[in-house]
Amino acid sequence: MADAIAAALPVVRKPARSAAERQEARAALVLSLPAMVLLFVFILLPVAVVILFGFTDYELGYAGFRFVGFDNYTELFTDRTFRRSLWNTTVYTAIVAPISIFMALGLAMLIESENIGRSFFRTAYFLPVASLLVAMATVWQYLFHPTIGPINALLALGGLPGPNWLGASMSVLYSLSIIGIWQSVGFNLVLFLAGLTAIPRELYQAAHVDGARSAFDRCRLVTWPMLGPTTLFVTTISIINAVKVFETVKTLTEGGPNKASEVLLFTIYQEGFVYLKVGYASAMTVVFLAILVVLMFLQYRVQDKQVHYS
Amino acid sequence: MNAQTFTLGRAVRLSVLIFGAAIFLAPYVFMISTAGKAQSDIFSSSLSLIPQHWSYVQNFAKALTRVSMTRLLFNGVAVCALIFVFQVMIAIPCAYAMAKLKFRAARLMMMLVMLGLLVPIHATALPLYVAFDRLAVLNSYFALVAPFTISVFGIFLFLQFFRAIPDDLIHAARLDGMSELGIIGRVIVPNAWPAVTAFAIFSVVAHWNDLYWPLIVVSNQTYATPPLGLLYFRAAEAGDDYGALMAATLIITTPLVAAFLLAQKRFVEGITMTGLKG
Repeated sequence: MADAIAAALPVVRKPARSAAERQEARAALVLSLPAMVLLFVFILLPVAVVILFGFTDYELGYAGFRFVGFDNYTELFTDRTFRRSLWNTTVYTAIVAPISIFMALGLAMLIESENIGRSFFRTAYFLPVASLLVAMATVWQYLFHPTIGPINALLALGGLPGPNWLGASMSVLYSLSIIGIWQSVGFNLVLFLAGLTAIPRELYQAAHVDGARSAFDRCRLVTWPMLGPTTLFVTTISIINAVKVFETVKTLTEGGPNKASEVLLFTIYQEGFVYLKVGYASAMTVVFLAILVVLMFLQYRVQDKQVHYS
Repeated sequence: MNAQTFTLGRAVRLSVLIFGAAIFLAPYVFMISTAGKAQSDIFSSSLSLIPQHWSYVQNFAKALTRVSMTRLLFNGVAVCALIFVFQVMIAIPCAYAMAKLKFRAARLMMMLVMLGLLVPIHATALPLYVAFDRLAVLNSYFALVAPFTISVFGIFLFLQFFRAIPDDLIHAARLDGMSELGIIGRVIVPNAWPAVTAFAIFSVVAHWNDLYWPLIVVSNQTYATPPLGLLYFRAAEAGDDYGALMAATLIITTPLVAAFLLAQKRFVEGITMTGLKG
């Protein structure tokens, strides 16, 4: 990405600019003006305001607000709901991201090495990505239903007691994780498939000649390093998407039972848009944004260190 | 699995793939099956896939009357179309300028775009909500569309695509007396068509599925988008009338899934392109 930036930057600041150059610069400014104005109004300014709000006790519906310094942040640290919410989001991410990455990678390698049914498998695994998540969450709710749900009916056939998937605080986060994995594998899979197809066949032959006889060796020496950039991207996007989990929680559990599925965006939504505590919710948003920034920063760091083969 | 009697090869591979696909498709099978079951069937035999009493008509009738499905689908299409049209009209000229024209602000703009890529709607939602509330524009298409008219991701994607278009093409067009807008319309966009379709898919999938922002700015059925409408339907549906719920789910999921099945190749290309370049 760094070279992308560098390439975008024309050499500027020549002392004497010709009329044509001035005209070109003017045209460029006019063309990019709408985008820049909207970028400022809908992204930069709101981010600045959210940071500002984070230092106030602003509540919607009350006139005026006062600055309270870091009070919101100190309150966050002792807020049980928020801490629970951070922890739940971490657990959810720690389950969903790695499983959906490795499952997608494994399936992509299986599909890639199989001659028949390629497009069928790709379609089958990708279908959840193209489906309305709120709608499919409803289907999962039925599948997970403790008494009339097919999953527990199936378990009962095997003589196993089925858990109360979405209804018990012990299992709710895991049930949501299953839905999360189901929903995100297809996306990762398609990216991995593209990455695998881009690996030149000759590399495998070369590795074979050089003594990498087993499939495992070829995988370790060719596939894995060549997939590096794809894997890094898939990892980042999986983690970010898992941190942003909201739809399933809002639709199915509303954070319950007993706050066992309270996650970051849901807590922000509740505080900010239901209880209208804008100041407090803004402080939470700043924490959320900080998490995203750290994740992106880590991605850039790893990317810079990575060897590029392309 | 008795596949181990074969050589460790295709048999195992295929059975793993088929088993996995069956699990991934199971929710759809149950959705279609349950949408046709009467309440009694749902309670008595959850594992039989063929309904004993065919109730598709009743369930669909319920789904269509409780919440206006046509309204929801219309809103979904209108909001997605408006967002996409604005995004493209605003991002393409900007990306063209940044990719092909020389001007001083380019460096600063690139930084702003990279910064913007970091910020999801969840981070800007609070101030935007307060502002929209003050302006009394909540519950409107404007509220649903406005924050997404700027897509920094779109600028980023187009920028990379435009850079690959040869400068000679643009110089030739300029010598022919074309204006910069003419160049964008007749040289750049036709040459960047794959990027435009890829972005269209990315944008439509994202906004068709989005629940967060509509949930915040819309509080009545008139402007509800499909995900929000389904939430209303769930709330209106007391108890466990899963037949009607599944029918509603089926109606709401079908458009995008059908689009995906019809234009699969484009979808996959689009996801790959937007994914790998983002």
